[in-house]
Amino acid sequence: MVARYIIEIEDCGRRFPCPEDEGVLQAMERQGWQAIPVGCRNGGCGRCLIRVICGAFRTGLMSRRHVSEGQGAQGLALACRLYPQSDLTVRLATPHDRAATENENARGA
Amino acid sequence: MAISGVLRPGYVQLRVLDMEAALVHYRDRIGLDVVQTDDEGLVYLKAYDEFDHHSIVLREAPEAGIDFMAFKVASEEALDEFARRLRGAGCTVEEIAPDDKRHLGRRIAFTAPTGHRFELFATIGRADLGPMVDNPELWHTEPRAMRVQRFDHCLLYGDDIDGAIDLFSKLLGFSLTERVVAPDGTVIAAFLSCGMKAHDIALVRHDEKGKLHHVSFLLESWNDVGHAADIMSRYNMSIDIGPTRHGITRGQTIYFFDPSGNRNEVFAGGYTFYPDHPVRTWSTDEVGKAIFYYERALNDRFMTVVT
Ligand code: FES
Repeated sequence: MVARYIIEIEDCGRRFPCPEDEGVLQAMERQGWQAIPVGCRNGGCGRCLIRVICGAFRTGLMSRRHVSEGQGAQGLALACRLYPQSDLTVRLATPHDRAATENENARGA
Repeated sequence: MAISGVLRPGYVQLRVLDMEAALVHYRDRIGLDVVQTDDEGLVYLKAYDEFDHHSIVLREAPEAGIDFMAFKVASEEALDEFARRLRGAGCTVEEIAPDDKRHLGRRIAFTAPTGHRFELFATIGRADLGPMVDNPELWHTEPRAMRVQRFDHCLLYGDDIDGAIDLFSKLLGFSLTERVVAPDGTVIAAFLSCGMKAHDIALVRHDEKGKLHHVSFLLESWNDVGHAADIMSRYNMSIDIGPTRHGITRGQTIYFFDPSGNRNEVFAGGYTFYPDHPVRTWSTDEVGKAIFYYERALNDRFMTVVT
């Protein structure tokens, strides 16, 4: 049996279930919600950037331009490549979150 | 008209996050053939109706996007002439030696004012399984998957599109076929042709340099656009929008994303362009119809998502 966890989006209070093997963005979209902006759905464009406030998760490949290694370790993730391993509380990325990765990329370059 | 100077788009090199997933997409879904993997792990592919050795190059990298796009020019003399013109206009031009292992002749490379790298070449190897020339059948074996015929064009996002339009039209001989213009006269989008297609490259104004909006492949018919859509749903591929039609260029189209988030297009149709044709202009208040002729409304994802 595939485990299912509840994802809560803090900004709007939306809650929806997500199987452990489905991306949080894909599960949200399939159930007809629009709380997180949907772009490429494949980890490349950065549009679905969120921050995990609490919960356990794993991530698939994400374009480093949008989530640097350091930022990823602090809970920043692309929702389309985010797979829950417990119930999760997440919030949409702020301009500050995005700037942090940009700065880190600029330093690394 | 005899086409001289720049003949057509030649190849494009894309960055992908996961080569295996990229190959399932470009080979098994779009239907390109893998022609080579080089010693650095880059994979070279082509569509069934292309004579040249390759048209798509994939490079595994930590971030998605485009490395460069290359155009084929008519002769080695034309290549020298373009190098001279670009240098004359103050562009830095890099000479790249022939590379037999990759079936490439010498190239010149430059960076456009939008931050995109371009290459020009006159010589490239012929594909083993290119279109037939003696009593030619339609194909060697029936085309697979989406049955794309060839790589067609790229739409690129960058900051100084005015500079890039100037470079392509004044130095490389492209014609502006169509454009979107804001009330204050700012050009928001430009479509440029080096031959008789409605576009060979398109540019959209955007804050960041060097972004890819999409890489496009030609299909034979509107039926094939539907067939491509069937494949996208069957394999749960990420669709952006379509099937629909553009007002600009009139192409019948569907947009989707590769497994690294790079946008692709497959399309059919579009008008024939002759160099005496006037430029077609869309105002920003009609831009919904310009972009998607059937929906007649702007789609935020299509306008803003790039790699
Ligand atoms: S939607 Fe593009 S990175 Fe998630």
